[in-house]
Amino acid sequence: MSHSHDHHHHDHHEGTVLSEVELRVRALESVLVEKGYVDPAALDILIETYETKVGPHNGARVVAKAWSDPAYLEWLRKDATAAIASLGYSGRQGEHIVAVENTPLVHNMVVCTLCSCYPWSVLGLPPVWYKSAPYRSRAVLDPRGVLRDFGIELAPEKQIRVWDSTAEIRYLVIPERPAGTEDWAEADLAKLVTRDSMIGTGFAKAPAEVSR
Amino acid sequence: MNGAADMGGMMGFGPVQPEKNEPIFHTEWERRAFALALAMGATGQWNLDMSRAARESLPPPKYLASSYYEIWLGGMEKLMAERGLVTGDEIAAGKMLHPPKPLPRILKAEAVPGALAKGSPTERAATSPAKFKLGDKVRARNMHPVTHTRLPRYVRGHIGVIELLHGAHVFPDSNALGQGEQPQWLYTVRFAGTELWGAAADPTLSVSVDAWESYLEPAS
Repeated sequence: MSHSHDHHHHDHHEGTVLSEVELRVRALESVLVEKGYVDPAALDILIETYETKVGPHNGARVVAKAWSDPAYLEWLRKDATAAIASLGYSGRQGEHIVAVENTPLVHNMVVCTLCSCYPWSVLGLPPVWYKSAPYRSRAVLDPRGVLRDFGIELAPEKQIRVWDSTAEIRYLVIPERPAGTEDWAEADLAKLVTRDSMIGTGFAKAPAEVSR
Repeated sequence: MNGAADMGGMMGFGPVQPEKNEPIFHTEWERRAFALALAMGATGQWNLDMSRAARESLPPPKYLASSYYEIWLGGMEKLMAERGLVTGDEIAAGKMLHPPKPLPRILKAEAVPGALAKGSPTERAATSPAKFKLGDKVRARNMHPVTHTRLPRYVRGHIGVIELLHGAHVFPDSNALGQGEQPQWLYTVRFAGTELWGAAADPTLSVSVDAWESYLEPAS
């Protein structure tokens, strides 16, 4: 699968010439609106929701709470869907969630080899690399190699667990809490939690990387 | 089907290329294609499994040469054409050439937040006891259906261990064909890296997949 999302740009001349795919989408939208199948205002709300409302900040709040509140972590382990819904994150592509915890002994990484399944309700829409052939093909075969592509070298003795999202269960990685954050408030902890750390292709940030 | 979408274990695609400060959408057409796919999905003219089947059955050369939203677009066009909702001549003309079909459900703006918050849970009441329990050894069946399935090729024929039970869930293989939800028990099955990839595999690796009961057989 091509992950050069900008490979149509060669057709552009100062925005006056539209690529084939741009024309196709415009034509399709016109026909769907003309037929009354879609409400144009609904399209705008769908886009706005995933561009501005739903995103990794949701998941970061879940992780920060799990780090701060042992009872919440226990709830996440038992019923992540309900524990996450209690913070207001539910619904589409987050209907059934399992949280998997990174520890000093185990590193978890999530992939969807068959398509692009991803926990939208807590992470928003997946990045291009997550949907791309290099990631989908190699995450299950050579996850350490994949992590090197992200600039990460995993300790050789660490167990690596890959979760291939082949059904409607969505996986959220709870990264390891960085050392030196023992007295941090939940809202500050959330700043350490990156999108990639919740997919398992990164770690949480070091305390020095954020301002409290 | 053994299509191009089933990529686990393939080689030669090169390194993963993370993009710094990646935008949610890269172009305006991606925004529109995404929203159109969700809005048309909400009409209920097809289900999620049908839309996955439509995408993954694109011919492999086309699938592999397309960006992800182009694949969505291709799948959606196929589903709409099959149902006579929008045809190729209309997309080429950029206007309606055939009268619309009456659709009982249209996603209105005011209904969007509720629809997204509700989602489409796939768990159903179980009608039979689970055949496997935690810790059971199972073999992923060596099967190659020509229609939609969610059992990736790289686990077929291999032995793993049941590690999670998820209740009964809509069975995609039947749902994609319009043959009903036929819910089945869903399990997470964990495979050792060496079981899947041989002696040279990373000894610290295990891979888990979610598998419906009929994908599995007892192994001892």
